Amino acid sequence: MSFWHFLQLNWSELLLLVRQHIVLVFIAILIAVIIGVPTGIALTRHRALRGPVLGLANVMQTIPSLALFGFLIPLPFIGGIGSRTALVALVLYSLLPIIRNTVTGILGVEPSVREAAVAMGMTDGQVLRQVELPLAMGVIVTGIRVATVIAVGVTTIAAAVGAGGLGVYIFRGLRQYDNNLLLAGALSAALLALAADFFLGLVERRFSFEAKRSSTARKVASVAGVAGVLLLILGGFAFWRSGAGPSPSEQGRVSIGSKDFTESALLAEIVAQMLEARGVSVERRFELGGNLPHEAMVSGTLDLYPEYTGTSFTAILHHAPISDPRAVYQQVNQEYADKFKVDVSQPLGFENTFAILVRGEEARRLNLKTISDAAPHTPRWRAGFGQDFMSRADGYPGFSKAYGLKFAEVREMDLSLTYIALSSRQVDLIAGNSTEGRIETLDLVQLVDDRHYFPPYEAVYLVRQDSLARVPALREVLSKLANGISTEEMRRLNYEIDGNKRDPKAVVKEWLGSKGL
Amino acid sequence: MPQRSTKGTKKSENDLVQFHNVSFSLPSTQIISDLNLTVERGETLVLLGESGCGKTTTLKLVNRLLTPTSGEVLVEGKPTTSWDAIALRRRIGYVIQEGGLFPHFTIARNVGLVPALSGWEQARTRERVRELLALVGLDPDRFAERYPRELSGGQRQRVGVARALAADPPLLLLDEPFGALDPLTRASLQREFADLTKRLDKTAILVTHDVREALILGNRIGLMHQGHLLLLEPPDQFLAAGNPQARAYIETLEMVGGDR
Repeated sequence: MSFWHFLQLNWSELLLLVRQHIVLVFIAILIAVIIGVPTGIALTRHRALRGPVLGLANVMQTIPSLALFGFLIPLPFIGGIGSRTALVALVLYSLLPIIRNTVTGILGVEPSVREAAVAMGMTDGQVLRQVELPLAMGVIVTGIRVATVIAVGVTTIAAAVGAGGLGVYIFRGLRQYDNNLLLAGALSAALLALAADFFLGLVERRFSFEAKRSSTARKVASVAGVAGVLLLILGGFAFWRSGAGPSPSEQGRVSIGSKDFTESALLAEIVAQMLEARGVSVERRFELGGNLPHEAMVSGTLDLYPEYTGTSFTAILHHAPISDPRAVYQQVNQEYADKFKVDVSQPLGFENTFAILVRGEEARRLNLKTISDAAPHTPRWRAGFGQDFMSRADGYPGFSKAYGLKFAEVREMDLSLTYIALSSRQVDLIAGNSTEGRIETLDLVQLVDDRHYFPPYEAVYLVRQDSLARVPALREVLSKLANGISTEEMRRLNYEIDGNKRDPKAVVKEWLGSKGL
Repeated sequence: MPQRSTKGTKKSENDLVQFHNVSFSLPSTQIISDLNLTVERGETLVLLGESGCGKTTTLKLVNRLLTPTSGEVLVEGKPTTSWDAIALRRRIGYVIQEGGLFPHFTIARNVGLVPALSGWEQARTRERVRELLALVGLDPDRFAERYPRELSGGQRQRVGVARALAADPPLLLLDEPFGALDPLTRASLQREFADLTKRLDKTAILVTHDVREALILGNRIGLMHQGHLLLLEPPDQFLAAGNPQARAYIETLEMVGGDR
């Protein structure tokens, strides 16, 4: 699909993301100015505070953004998922340039001018308002300009905590190896940053008293002023529009989350559409990273999200992996009810476990059916594993020991890349996901886990008990989906989106129709 | 010593500014040592001395940009520390080198600053600004709406004087007001300033390191050196003084004269 064609198909979503992006940056900068400028002014009056406060703001800015979001998630009031957390992080990042430039700007005012102002009989407030601030304004606006450009960049990371914005396209593009998504997200963010830089640059010129202003420059400056005001109004408008949108978890509204991969979003979309068909209003908070969906559900921000029993068992409940699906399901069911007041739905009928994959031609030539069959060949093979598989308890270390595997080389790489690496003969064995759509299209063969090493990863929905009580339709929808999706179906659905680049909503709608749901 | 202060108090009706045993020091250095000085209404007192002698500090003690470490400075018979600082400063015009004009204000707004701060009506302030610009030799129609950077150094200095005069203060403080000007402009501004103070009957304290300027403008010349007031004499007696510091200044004058 050409980039142009992609834009034509997705322009409305892209505009929505751009709007979310602008709203986040606008509010964050507004708050940062409201906090930062008075702080900067105070620092010019209290020399002793200057070092510590600027130092603190400096430290804030050195924290990598993803890590800062991570720190904020578990905090009450300012943390959690969604735009609030993103705003807190963005404000923290924006403070330093604004405070620093306010201090620099005011202290940079010609001493003779300040002395004259005091000697004329101006009060401290008058010196500040009539002399120091107007003369420092150019430098302060530079600080705001720097903060804004940084914020446009950092906001792309905010998608990781479910705040939306252009980062949604960038993250999705990275996961799906879709250059159109990446390009649309990155290019828009870059254009936004350039536009903000340009307009604030004009505003800055308006406040520069050093340069001699000719009448044309004055005209440009007034145009810039108008443009700046327009930008503010646009920001305000976008803010107002977003304010008019749905707000999280109200009565009768169901907030549905998903993890940050295609299948999880698909499963979440299935429930969302079924609920909407029953007149329940739904808020979608898809593509949340790491353990965010779990934490959000426990804290009450989410009502429901799709999960895998093995993940709950090992990653959330911290049990050592076991291979009996029934035992895992019952243990998870029991502990979630006790610990989190969360119900586990009936399994959906497929597993998304690690699939040990080799090329089809190789499997046929060497007559490989099981992992044990492949073990003797591994000293001549190169393996490619995702970061997740390399590090988790039920991943590579235990797996290679269980089957006695010794590879010529083990490469750690992005999971999504391993499929292509395998089919293009750069590696010979990978650990993919069993529901990956490309298994069939790339002619890959899944080897049977004959020693039952991998714990079961049955797909289920996790749902808060109070949500079930509040929205009766939830129970009905979940019971209809019990055993409703086979592994083959899931692979096909995944491929529709990852392989054929179709819109998840349309794919889900079609599938629900075909199943009579 | 007690005798001198009694004398000062007796004359206070006519004394606009009085320094009584004033010292000023920073944590590590003594800037002014035991300064006694009176400035009479209507006179122009010039403080002469090299950089760092304490003459600018002396000036700043008058409008309370600084307060004495010991002793007291009286303005209109009242110690500066008892004055409301804002009220005191609005009664004292202040002119510094290069004018210290606000670069973001027009000339009119610069000149009308103190009246505006004091709550004058706009029309009255505007009228006053035009009057003052004319007084310092600047055409109001040409200059009122310009910005300081559009003016020459001499013009800016005239604006600085106009601004100091705006609220008709009884006292003017001038810190090397003509220091950054070329010799011709300086000479003509010095002459105009002498006329102006005489005509308006202003009291002025002017700080300079230029002995020629001191002789032209001063009714009395105070010679300062390392924080001490060495002598305080009218110009003719200053020229005849035997003090070695004064002689050194007078000799520079003769040297320049000899070159011509």
